[in-house]
Amino acid sequence: MAYAAIADRDHEQHLHDPQTFITKYVWSQDHKVIAVQYAITAIGVGLVAMILSSMFRLQLGFPESFSLVSPEDYYQYVTMHGMIMVIYLLTALFLGGFGNYLIPLMCGARDMVFPYMNMLSYWVYLLSVIVLMCSFFISGGPTGAGWTLYPPQAISPGTPGVDGGIVLMLASLALFIVAFTMGGLNYVTTVLQARCRGMTLMRMPLSIWGIFVATILGLLAFPALLVAAIMMLLDRLIGTSFFMPEMLAMGETTAYNDGSPILFQHLFWFFGHPEVYIVALPAFGMVSDVLATHARKNIFGYRMMVWAIVAIGGLSFVVWAHHMYVSGMNPYFGFFFATTTLIIAVPTALKVYNWVLTLWRGDIHLTVPMLFAIGFIFTFTHGGLTGLFLGNVTVDLPLSDTYFVIGHFHMVMGVSPVLVLFAAIYHWYPKITGRMFNDTLGKWHFWCTLLGTYSLYLPMHYLGLLGVPRRYYAYGTDFMPDSAQTLNSGITVAAIFVALSQIFFFINMIWSLRHGKPAGGNPWNATTLEWQTPDTPPKHGNWGDKLPVVHRWAYDYSVPGEQQDFVPQTEPPHEGVVSGRDHGKHH
Amino acid sequence: MNVTVLFVALFGAILIWFALLRKLKSKSWLVKGVISEDGFAAVPPQRVGLWIFLGVVTSLFALFMIIYSERARFPDWRPIVDPQLLWFNTALLVVASLALQRARNAASRNALSSIRTNLSVGGIFTFGFLIGQVVAWRELTGTGHFFATNPADAFFYLLTGLHGLHLLGGLYVWAKTMTNAWREPDLDDIRPAAALQLSVQLCSFYWHYLLLLWLMLFYLLLST
Repeated sequence: MAYAAIADRDHEQHLHDPQTFITKYVWSQDHKVIAVQYAITAIGVGLVAMILSSMFRLQLGFPESFSLVSPEDYYQYVTMHGMIMVIYLLTALFLGGFGNYLIPLMCGARDMVFPYMNMLSYWVYLLSVIVLMCSFFISGGPTGAGWTLYPPQAISPGTPGVDGGIVLMLASLALFIVAFTMGGLNYVTTVLQARCRGMTLMRMPLSIWGIFVATILGLLAFPALLVAAIMMLLDRLIGTSFFMPEMLAMGETTAYNDGSPILFQHLFWFFGHPEVYIVALPAFGMVSDVLATHARKNIFGYRMMVWAIVAIGGLSFVVWAHHMYVSGMNPYFGFFFATTTLIIAVPTALKVYNWVLTLWRGDIHLTVPMLFAIGFIFTFTHGGLTGLFLGNVTVDLPLSDTYFVIGHFHMVMGVSPVLVLFAAIYHWYPKITGRMFNDTLGKWHFWCTLLGTYSLYLPMHYLGLLGVPRRYYAYGTDFMPDSAQTLNSGITVAAIFVALSQIFFFINMIWSLRHGKPAGGNPWNATTLEWQTPDTPPKHGNWGDKLPVVHRWAYDYSVPGEQQDFVPQTEPPHEGVVSGRDHGKHH
Repeated sequence: MNVTVLFVALFGAILIWFALLRKLKSKSWLVKGVISEDGFAAVPPQRVGLWIFLGVVTSLFALFMIIYSERARFPDWRPIVDPQLLWFNTALLVVASLALQRARNAASRNALSSIRTNLSVGGIFTFGFLIGQVVAWRELTGTGHFFATNPADAFFYLLTGLHGLHLLGGLYVWAKTMTNAWREPDLDDIRPAAALQLSVQLCSFYWHYLLLLWLMLFYLLLST
């Protein structure tokens, strides 16, 4: 059976190409347009979250000098910053943005297999963002429950935004999950069904492997958040007692009885931990492709990398309770989760070794995407190592809810994926827009971001070891020695510096759109399919009249005996050149 | 609880084993030239999409069932006497599922009139099931069991309601399939027939799944 996504184009199909501006760029079913829509929305809402973080950092660093942020604001800003960054920026940009753009192009398909549902996915995502943003403008403001939204405090009087903010937050999350499910069905089905001829699963670029497994994780894990959101909404609106215990609030007994807040925590983290890998696995994949391309070397241990992605994906479902060591759990339960947590370090470390070994004796081109990719290896290793500390129950107990935790997860799940996002944006920018970005601005952006984030998060680990707790509005000198407060101010300066240095990025992206050098089809001399399209940027349908045919894997860089230092996946084997080993030749 | 875990494990194992692990053993990157993989390319994408969607639904309901069994252990849990009507409703859903299976068999023989009859029967009995569920809700509210009265009540409305919503979604697709089935058949073109056959197959698969899900939910509701 031939579907539109993998059929050679006949005359009839041309007629279905979008004609008007509206169908081309607004209600578009083209995966590339949807990807850009996703990306712009996600980056826009991410900017909001970054501004919020700058504001509460000002409060934390200089509690006496600024009166921008009230205690209620502080909790609301922290909550919104966390939720927006994790869900509405990272998840949406990695899967909705890059997943949409790269899957059909790298697999050699014309589009996603369900384009209409793909379009719907974006618009429901946009709706969820709008609902979330609305909570800034209602009375009481957005919820200040902390991004984990733990009951009972999330829906008890006294917490900011308990009237409307939390309801909008939960509704927005439910919408996001619907949007993600529609998108995710597309990504998985497209990878399974719409690969072009010759593109076997074990020839796919690692970017696709990362996005593919991350999407499966998302499809299985987001329902947990949906269950939690629905039940908490019912607790809040109808007065059921799923999670709400019998308690006093503001001196009065509530109508709730005997609900279990711990059940919420289990649900939340059953989603929350895979969520880390929903963000990390696409990053792992894309950074592998960037490293291989700019080091002109094949990725070291391709199959090991694929297996590691799959293994990490599987293991990520059995580690969730390491977020709950302080909830008073059975020590054996904690022991189990500490063990699984440490086991997950094995495939992850394999990946780090393989990235380094890919660089080893490579022909390294220090382009802007490559710089970001190498920066990622540093920040990720750093964040991963502190994760080993926190994975142990006895080490975690004193460090729980301190700045050590903040430092850890920003390093491993904030900075690292964002560095990969920048690497990916710079790497694929020439394909998306047809123009090169400005190299100098890009390098300024990289060095300011890398050094800035290090000076921002390294000191946090030290503050955490001192015992400085998170989620405090103002410490004052009663709680903290002067030296620690000085360090805290320094962190704020670094945070503002990092935020401001993103201006380089935005100027570069917007300026280059018009004034960048024309990029040509394959500026990085890369092997993967998206660089072999007949047009740059690729037109609707991606491949012109004939679909590509794949003859080799994605990493034929610097092959001995070849004229160029790369062989595109579409290149047939040459006469006389001895081809690999003979495995599977008799298929 | 055990049943749920088994259910999830089984579904997950089947998916992972067939979709992934078998392929991971191949070393196709060592070979140059065009090679093709067997298996998935022959399956219509709609069917794969439905499998994956049912994976998501399985995850959703499995989590609800686990939370249900955990919450039922708390001292404030007051088990409810489930309305006897549920047995009758279950029978209606079984008939609906059987009728859709017959429609599916008819579709593989291209027997259009039989497809039409059985599709209609399946839909009507499904509507009957949904109406029956609403009547069961009325029965419960009539005896003073409202949504927030007790977690047992809340879960009853929540689980039956969500299951009903999934059936409603199925009925939307069913309605589209019905209009396809009633369109005048064009004997020259084989594609509409194949499309109708696929729709009927997917509908029946979805109905069997929702029947199985209902049986599990019903068992859970009866047992606590």
